[in-house]
Amino acid sequence: MIPRYQKILFVVLLIASLVMGAVLWQLRERAHKRLVAGESSAPTTAPEVAPAEQATLVVANDEDNSLLPQVHSLPLPRDSGARARAVLGRLLDLYADLEAKHPVPGGAASVMQVFLLPASSNAQAQDPVAQLAVVNLTSAFAASHPSGLQTETLTIDSICATLRANLPHVAEVRFLVDGQQRATLADHADLTRTYLTAQAASAEGTKP
Amino acid sequence: MHWSKSAPAVFLGVAAALGAAAQQAPPVPAPRFVVLIDAAHGGEDTGGKLGSGTLEKAANLAMSVRLRSLLAARGISVVTTRESDAAVDSNRRAEIANRVSAGACLSLHATESGSGVHLFASSLAPAQPAQFPAWRTAQAAWVTRSLALAGVLNSALDHATIGVTLSRTALPGIDSMTCPALAVEIAPQRGEDDRIVAEPDDADYQARVAVALAAAIVQWRTEARQP
Repeated sequence: MIPRYQKILFVVLLIASLVMGAVLWQLRERAHKRLVAGESSAPTTAPEVAPAEQATLVVANDEDNSLLPQVHSLPLPRDSGARARAVLGRLLDLYADLEAKHPVPGGAASVMQVFLLPASSNAQAQDPVAQLAVVNLTSAFAASHPSGLQTETLTIDSICATLRANLPHVAEVRFLVDGQQRATLADHADLTRTYLTAQAASAEGTKP
Repeated sequence: MHWSKSAPAVFLGVAAALGAAAQQAPPVPAPRFVVLIDAAHGGEDTGGKLGSGTLEKAANLAMSVRLRSLLAARGISVVTTRESDAAVDSNRRAEIANRVSAGACLSLHATESGSGVHLFASSLAPAQPAQFPAWRTAQAAWVTRSLALAGVLNSALDHATIGVTLSRTALPGIDSMTCPALAVEIAPQRGEDDRIVAEPDDADYQARVAVALAAAIVQWRTEARQP
């Protein structure tokens, strides 16, 4: 048998805890409203625009099968991966132009990411800080790329030579399409192998 | 044992007969010169699409048939990787080339980009021949010969007033071949104003290119047979 005073105490404590819970809920709501009212959506920090710098783009030409360097001024981020992506984006923008001598649709949006990783031990034997660039292209770019040995080879070589011209420690380049390995770019150029930027650079400036 | 007086005369006669036979014996034949023609793509692998609407695999096969006929007419043995619209794996193409020990291997392609004929040698760095070369880089020991073959083809095409560009590229089939190997890509013939005069599947244009290639192969065979 529970004594009567204990029953009264239990009821009083229950009522007190319910009241305290309600008060706490109300205080929480008030604090939330105060925070929302005090928050300002006005920008307080100006966005940082990367300074324009000179970048060397090694541009392909289908007419004479050449790779020739061109200097362009474009905003380049400090981060190496973002920098590589910006440079390749501008290169592919040139190829997307209607008057391009190496026409390839797609433009800058065709480069999804460029990852920079330590290069193979062979490359690091020559340069201890040698890097491997993994260029992730979109499947739309690969699907719309003109098919042919020359045009596909020129695209690959110009990407490799442009990376080397702007990021001298990039010694090796691999390609992915939508994050996956793919056999060829457009039925010809081998995308399963690692390309050496030194070889692409040696083709630079070549004309028959 | 008794020797007759005529025995020395018999020996002399036999020796003279043997000497004459040795003189009349045919010379040791030169190793058989075989050319491998590889019509690229085939089956579900259609390759590119040409401006005329023809698929690259069909243009390559037509060119392969033309070149094979011209080389056969010049007494050169030809092995092809495909004679129909069949899918042939790049490893299988290299296997066929390596089995016949070809004196020249030509992988035929066609494209809508550029102009004239594009010649490609493997981009592998030249290496010394090895007893057991790695499959993916077997061509490394032959790159120097492949570049020499490219020079001969370049001259022949140039002589036929067909524009030529020479480059190097990575092609899985070619990179595994143990023969002087080139990819020959036929691009449209263009006029002064960059307008297309003949598509890569144009019969007359293909015939002109095939005649030039056949002449180059004959020249290459002559050079290969010289000591």
